[in-house]
Amino acid sequence: MNQQTLGYHPGKTVLHHLNATAKMIFLLLVTIATMTTYDTRFLMFVGVASLGLFKLGNIQWHQISFVMKFILFFSLLNILAIYLFEPEYGVSLYGTRHVLWTGWGRFTFTQEELFYLGNVALKYFSTIPLALTFLLTTNPSSFASSLNKLGISYKISYAVALALRYIPDIQEDFFSISQAQQARGLEMSKKGKFSQRIKGISQIVLPLIFSSLDRIETISTAMELRRFGQKKKRTWYVEEPFKVSDYLVIVLALSLFLVTLALFHVNGGRFYNPFM
Amino acid sequence: MTEPIIVFKDFSFQYNSQSEPTLKKINLTIQSGEKVLIVGPSGSGKSTFAHCLNGLVPNQYAGDITGEAWIAGKKLQETSLFDLSFTTGTVLQDTDGQFIGLTVAEDMAFVLENDGVALAEMREKVLHWAELVDVSEQLDKRPQDLSGGQKQRVSMAGVMINDAPLLLFDEPLANLDPAAGKAAIELIDSLHQQTQATVVMIEHRLEDALAKPVDRIIVFNDGQIVADQTPDDLLKTSILAENGIREPLYVTALKYAQVDLQPVNHLADVTQVAGAQLAEKMADWQSHLFDLETSDKTAVLLELKNLNYRYRPQDADVLKQLTTHFYQGERLSIVGKNGAGKSTLFKALCGFIRPKGTMEWQGQDIGNDSIKERADKIGYVMQNPNQMISQKMVFDEVALGLRLRNIEEKEIEQRVFHVLNVCGLYPFRNWPIAALSYGQKKRVTIAAILVLEPEMLVLDEPTAGQDFRNYSEMMAFIEELNHLGKTIVMITHDMHVMLEYSDRVLVIKDGDILADMTPIQLLTNQELVQEASLKETSLFTFAKQLGLADPIAFTRKFIQYDREVRKR
Repeated sequence: MNQQTLGYHPGKTVLHHLNATAKMIFLLLVTIATMTTYDTRFLMFVGVASLGLFKLGNIQWHQISFVMKFILFFSLLNILAIYLFEPEYGVSLYGTRHVLWTGWGRFTFTQEELFYLGNVALKYFSTIPLALTFLLTTNPSSFASSLNKLGISYKISYAVALALRYIPDIQEDFFSISQAQQARGLEMSKKGKFSQRIKGISQIVLPLIFSSLDRIETISTAMELRRFGQKKKRTWYVEEPFKVSDYLVIVLALSLFLVTLALFHVNGGRFYNPFM
Repeated sequence: MTEPIIVFKDFSFQYNSQSEPTLKKINLTIQSGEKVLIVGPSGSGKSTFAHCLNGLVPNQYAGDITGEAWIAGKKLQETSLFDLSFTTGTVLQDTDGQFIGLTVAEDMAFVLENDGVALAEMREKVLHWAELVDVSEQLDKRPQDLSGGQKQRVSMAGVMINDAPLLLFDEPLANLDPAAGKAAIELIDSLHQQTQATVVMIEHRLEDALAKPVDRIIVFNDGQIVADQTPDDLLKTSILAENGIREPLYVTALKYAQVDLQPVNHLADVTQVAGAQLAEKMADWQSHLFDLETSDKTAVLLELKNLNYRYRPQDADVLKQLTTHFYQGERLSIVGKNGAGKSTLFKALCGFIRPKGTMEWQGQDIGNDSIKERADKIGYVMQNPNQMISQKMVFDEVALGLRLRNIEEKEIEQRVFHVLNVCGLYPFRNWPIAALSYGQKKRVTIAAILVLEPEMLVLDEPTAGQDFRNYSEMMAFIEELNHLGKTIVMITHDMHVMLEYSDRVLVIKDGDILADMTPIQLLTNQELVQEASLKETSLFTFAKQLGLADPIAFTRKFIQYDREVRKR
């Protein structure tokens, strides 16, 4: 049943044992680093390394295939949109112009544009695996306690953790509701027309919202009856002390961050330019 | 003399959203250390009363209070939810929904976390309570992955860890199978004895709740207390039946036999009930009864052969060489523990999954039919109607399946009206679904399936969460559909549904059919009862307790008689 649920999967790997706060800091720093820099070499390094993290965290393709395909679709759409709006953006960035294909009207295709779009794609594929690894190997409660440790109010932290926890449940609800609707004749399989399938999804949304609202009401009552939110501070059962490995993770993140700063200096800006 | 812990004086409460008070002039005192059972039909005010004990009324559900109520010396109107939570520990009805923590240990520790208790002390307390409720082996598991009974124990521990002097159980049996329910009642009883806490239990499954003694039963109806008596005395009256609460079946049997209940001892405990010449009187009554008519259905409607299924290649088989058949026009119950393969089986029936093996519908192979084609033969009704309803109006909801099949609007109207009539929903055809009760919504979902004219209806827990009146109406309705020729397949934990409303039971274990027999054969077979996580029927226990010659025949004859009474 849990073929495709995205959420915490308990495990015994190195990544599962790391302190959630350390992982959180790592994710934040490295994501900021990859978001700012356009240095291809750095992005490639992070991209390959984060694929390595999948292996280290024992993450299987079937756990993430659905989300990956989903994200792939939207990043391709995004890249296409960038090209349609500014086919010559790469040229203005890198200052040279090597035409690959003259194309039609303003839609020329240059090496520079190709390189730029390649960098954008790389950004997705270096940060998304990191975030997914974090989601799949971090117990949401540890995640909440780490957010709280970073100074965010525990109510917000807990809300985030609950939301994460409910992703798999809501996915399961979605599957069962969709099956029931299909049994009534809703065409959701690949045989149906695209417009039919979109309409089909809208039929599922209403019951899904209702069942989620039921869930929220029950859980918030249960929390209140057990005194959540009354005091300024709370303790965390899952809290764990920092180990040497956790400090190492933070040091690694910091150094990656410093590398991007150094690259700014070397490249004279955010962009690595192989054309000059 | 002990101290009273709960005192209500002329207490009335009216929700802001309601035009009439839900509780009317309640006068009640519960002594510290008592164990009290509260029963009543839906809408009787018993849940509102429970909400007064833990402060949800008036703190979360606002409304007007007149009269007075004190919980452990605190005046209800002047006490916050937070303050009351130190007095009242509440175990909610929804065993799944109330889990907050991600693991068992964390969930148990939740209240301690909120109190800011230090980690070391928290760990110690969690271990202590885990041992008491016997979940020490499960501490690192997800609560959702536990069995129903274990879930119940974890939620109890999470409340008890708080050391509250008043424990409130809101329908603790609602989501449990009979065996787990029995274990829960036993645990509540032993916790009550160990902690000396006051226990207030709200439950409409009276027979199950009485598996362990309670001091008093309080009957609510229409916002008022209609009885406040010991179980033995209450069962001798007709108050329960008059207020829409099901009596234990053996008590019904005694009343059918017109036994004078006044001199009967221990009436509330089926393992101790005794009275002068009780056995003789029952044996005499039994000898005048007809035996149960057996089902004469022999035409095979659907045949399953060697079904095998696993969710992922690396997983174990969930269906293993499952072979069985369904007769045309029969009423069949499917039982088995959680995870035995029941839900996988009906997913296979509806075509949601594609197991290996063959499925023949009146001799024709339907293994390759699409979900939609399957739905024309087999209609599936989910347990929770809110998961099925996708339209705003009753008519549109029922018409949806036909519209999706591109049938002409004129024919749609005709067919929908016909089905609405059958389901007793015709007066509601232009109502918004949100305005219907839970039982009516469930009917709407059945109507929405019936309109597609399937031969076979698969109902997942058709009676879950309904009080006796709604339950009886729902089952009478399903019986009527059966008379119209529909084959009824029910997945259920409810032993009454099995006994009184089915001709045949399939027990599923480890993805295979363990037994295929009549409900009475099943419920009088100790070994199978355990396998299916059920409980011996109290009729059988009663007949054995009295030493009747043939307890199984007694059970059979009672069911036959009861069916006749219902037909009148």
